[in-house]
Amino acid sequence: MKKEDVPQDPSALVGVTRDVCYVKDKNGKYTTDLSIGWDVKKQALDNAWDDIKERVAEAALKVKNGETSPVFYFMEVKLMDVTLLAGYTGFWKFTVKRHFNPEVFKNLSGEKMAIYAKAFDISAEELKNFKG
Amino acid sequence: MEPYKHIQSAHCENGVATGLLQHHGLEFMTEPLMFGLGSGIFYIHIPFLMVNGGPAISYRSMPGWIFSRASKLLGIKVNRKKFNSEKEAFEYLNKQIQLGNPVGCQVGVYNLPYFPTEYRFHFNAHNIVVYGKENGNYLVSDPVMETVTTLTEEDMRKVRFAKGPLEPKGHVYYPENVKQVSKEQIQKAISKAIKRTSFDMLNIPGPIAGVDGIHYTANQIRKWRSKLGPRKAALYVGQIVRMQEEIGTGGGGFRFLYAAFLEQAHGYIPNDELLRLSDEFTKAGDMWRASAINMGRIFKGRLNEQKDFEESADRLDEIAEVERQAFKDLRKLKLL
Repeated sequence: MKKEDVPQDPSALVGVTRDVCYVKDKNGKYTTDLSIGWDVKKQALDNAWDDIKERVAEAALKVKNGETSPVFYFMEVKLMDVTLLAGYTGFWKFTVKRHFNPEVFKNLSGEKMAIYAKAFDISAEELKNFKG
Repeated sequence: MEPYKHIQSAHCENGVATGLLQHHGLEFMTEPLMFGLGSGIFYIHIPFLMVNGGPAISYRSMPGWIFSRASKLLGIKVNRKKFNSEKEAFEYLNKQIQLGNPVGCQVGVYNLPYFPTEYRFHFNAHNIVVYGKENGNYLVSDPVMETVTTLTEEDMRKVRFAKGPLEPKGHVYYPENVKQVSKEQIQKAISKAIKRTSFDMLNIPGPIAGVDGIHYTANQIRKWRSKLGPRKAALYVGQIVRMQEEIGTGGGGFRFLYAAFLEQAHGYIPNDELLRLSDEFTKAGDMWRASAINMGRIFKGRLNEQKDFEESADRLDEIAEVERQAFKDLRKLKLL
């Protein structure tokens, strides 16, 4: 890539940092330049986030319909999967999956509720009272 | 010792390793040289493994390997520690800071407050330098940032003990007893590293690693649309680009970095083939970028026919062959 071809498309980096790019200067030597973003990259990232937002919305609807518990919803919100959530809570994966059941969730002890709340970085009330 | 000098780099591990070695008196060290000596350029497509719901592709070698390999070639010892106890991890870090010893820390990016939210996924192989503590906050030099920054104790606890794949477990590392390195040592290291890299890209058995891995991805792309449906297939293609062009890194970017390494290698070993091959990697980097633009049309939803996926796959096949030839020529070079 030549120095004059470094993309400068505003992206999520603006106001935070810029990307270092290795580019050829006009004498054909490598040098570095800074980029505020590239549309192609931004679009790929935006797409991934659209997908996440959709999954979160679906999870909320499922909680509302009584098909899953807030544990599942907040797992999606926090971009986790069952393995990761098991890592943060110290529960077995099958235990986590059991807690997706609204009936099981309703009877969770305060202690377990607090463990999930901590893993999600929210209050236990917020977790308990999420209705979708 | 001098205070730690922040450096910004294209890739975090290069930046931390380069900064720490410069701090220990090896002023010749640069990011491209670190990347080249550490055999950082690579490609692997891990089947069956999913990352953020998409294919798991890496354009670089395993986290931690760049610094380890480069140091070994230069005769430098890297001291590494991981911890089961958070308390011990912090006692150790605080002690190093008190001794005035800047250290590399492996961290998760999900809880890095200064990162743009859009980039905060559960990715645990980010690297920063911690070089001090002031008013209860850690002083941090993060190589993807333009300037130094800080982290509270609580932030630091979260990022050093992030969970999931590649868990940092408080991982701290720093070079020890660094002695001056002679020009002959650097020449030898360059020659060995180039052989190592060519081997990794050409000779690792199996279809998923090195240039074969690029063909593997191409073949997968050809199957995605009929197997997963147009929407999911497009998301998967987006993931290839996202992995390629993450914050401060990238598949195309790594090729330019390797080209810059070969150019700098020529400064130590004046064999003009190095410059010609540097140009080949620049070409490969440009092809990766063109391929990303092409894939962009798919995940932006402008194109979504089987033939569009075929075209993306064909482009990857072409890149693989350009890189195969370049690595073959590198392997043949008699540098010393």
